[in-house]
Amino acid sequence: MVEDFRLIELKDITKVFTDADAEKVALDHLNLYIRKREFVTLLGPSGCGKTTMLRLIAGFDTPTSGEILINGKDVSAIPPYQRQVNTVFQRYALFPHLNVADNIAFGLNIKKMDRAVIEKKVAAMLELVGLSGYQKRKVTSLSGGEQQRIAIARALVNEPEVLLLDEPLGALDLKKRKEMQIELKNMQQQLGITFIYVTHDQEEALTMSDTVVVMSGGRIQQIGKPQDVYNEPKNHFVADFIGESNIFPGVMIKDELVRLGNLEMDCVDKGFAPNEPIEIVIRPEDIYMVNPEHAQITGIVESVVFKGVHYEMMIRDTQDHLWMVQDTTFREAGASVGLIIRPEDIHIMKLMEA
Amino acid sequence: MKFKTRFFAYPYLIWMVIFTLAPIALIVYYAFTDKSGAFTLANLTSALDPAYMGVLWRSVGLAFLCTVICLVLAYPAAYILSRRKNGGVLSVLFMLPMWMNFLLRTYSWMTLLENTGLINTLLQAMGLSTVTFLYNANAVLLGMVYNYLPFMILPILTALQKIDHSYIEAAQDLGASPARVFLKVILPMSVPGIISGVTMVFMPAVTTFVISRLLGGSHFMLFGDLIEQQFLTSGNWNLGSMMSLFMMAIMLVSMAIMNRFGGDTEGRGLI
Repeated sequence: MVEDFRLIELKDITKVFTDADAEKVALDHLNLYIRKREFVTLLGPSGCGKTTMLRLIAGFDTPTSGEILINGKDVSAIPPYQRQVNTVFQRYALFPHLNVADNIAFGLNIKKMDRAVIEKKVAAMLELVGLSGYQKRKVTSLSGGEQQRIAIARALVNEPEVLLLDEPLGALDLKKRKEMQIELKNMQQQLGITFIYVTHDQEEALTMSDTVVVMSGGRIQQIGKPQDVYNEPKNHFVADFIGESNIFPGVMIKDELVRLGNLEMDCVDKGFAPNEPIEIVIRPEDIYMVNPEHAQITGIVESVVFKGVHYEMMIRDTQDHLWMVQDTTFREAGASVGLIIRPEDIHIMKLMEA
Repeated sequence: MKFKTRFFAYPYLIWMVIFTLAPIALIVYYAFTDKSGAFTLANLTSALDPAYMGVLWRSVGLAFLCTVICLVLAYPAAYILSRRKNGGVLSVLFMLPMWMNFLLRTYSWMTLLENTGLINTLLQAMGLSTVTFLYNANAVLLGMVYNYLPFMILPILTALQKIDHSYIEAAQDLGASPARVFLKVILPMSVPGIISGVTMVFMPAVTTFVISRLLGGSHFMLFGDLIEQQFLTSGNWNLGSMMSLFMMAIMLVSMAIMNRFGGDTEGRGLI
């Protein structure tokens, strides 16, 4: 599916916003390439620079320094209306004075396309987003989910090489959001368009993407496949931001052996200096609860929360580490439990630079 | 709660009945009666006198021209103000004249334009011949535009400021050049502002009698002057009432036309 051709390249991009006399660095010497037909998600908390990056690619903002290449050509001097990209806006930005058909046809009308062709394309798009027959409706009378689909149709009808999506599902309820995630992914595969998707929702990012770009503080923290970003977070930020994690400081004794407090545990990581201080990451669903007699770690349950599929328990061990454990069996608060962690579920991270 | 919120609307309702509905009913009564109070259509025939009708059309024409000039002047000004960060401060400057008394403002135009006024004195000093500015349609038009321009700028500015920047970005994103963005998004989305501006200028302009009195003199009369004359000089309240009804009819018609233009946009509430 994804081709090797680098459709978009960001080279050493820095963006500084100057407001009155305060300067804010939104993007800090950032490098990234996006391949053809790739579904890339820019993931991070608000203020991490993900939306700025999208706006730079769309052309609404210009980088303070660095180069943006689309199809190998520097686009710095090209205004947004001449770029081969289209955007689905966070709050849709459907034109309230136009009906559904005229909203979708906006870009085609500007290209002075033949009326009959436009009508056909609009109808095809409405079918794609599952809203056939909506042509004459007023956009203000549509539900959030419907407006969302029209916004997607309005962008896709122009057959862009790249579709930029700025938190497009943020305003929908959970159920609608999950439906749309799957639909968007299907559309992307069906149409073979490169998607650049901005979100702060890590689950959304993991569900839809070929590649996840985790951002924080104007820098890229990790680029990788969803599985890699989840299973092998590169640093504390990624481990903490994506999913739930138990993160403890530890020491790497030697290859495949790590020490947490006075507990030595086998692991599968290597390539660290002997006795290098590191951080240990263990996902709460990777911890097994057993009888205290057979356990690596023993502790007392401090609290239990029912989460639907599982119980989420906070367990304080004998070394005073607080563990988050997810398990389908219920243990009441105050119960003493044993924990076992398999070596392959222990992930070692280098300490983050300050 | 037994005490319903709608009771709070009663003071206004009473106000409306005493000061709006009752006077209108009185005007209708006077318009269709003679001095003795008997029903008559004589006022209607007198009001339809070609001389009066000529003044009526002149008033409508002048008000229309004033509205067009105000729109042409106001839209670019409002557009520029809406794009500036300090637009709020600047728009206060545009509103500043409104803080002064309306009569005072119009009188000051008189002192500027008089045959012995400031401008003519300057012209004479430069060795040029004097010009008669006052007491014609142009002077009245100038006064109207000057007085009513803020009423056009303000609603258009508000409408433009309300347009979320994301609409402009969306249009650019879909391939619209700056000129296209203006024609296809900004202009149509500011129509509600234009409609309320046009209404707020046309209505007072068509009824004005102070501006025409001061800058048009006794030779250049508008329909408002005629009505005032009937009530205050001629003492013919019946004919004056009939003329007022004509004026109300014109306003209702123009409001209906405006509504048609506005469609179901938000501006409707203002008219």
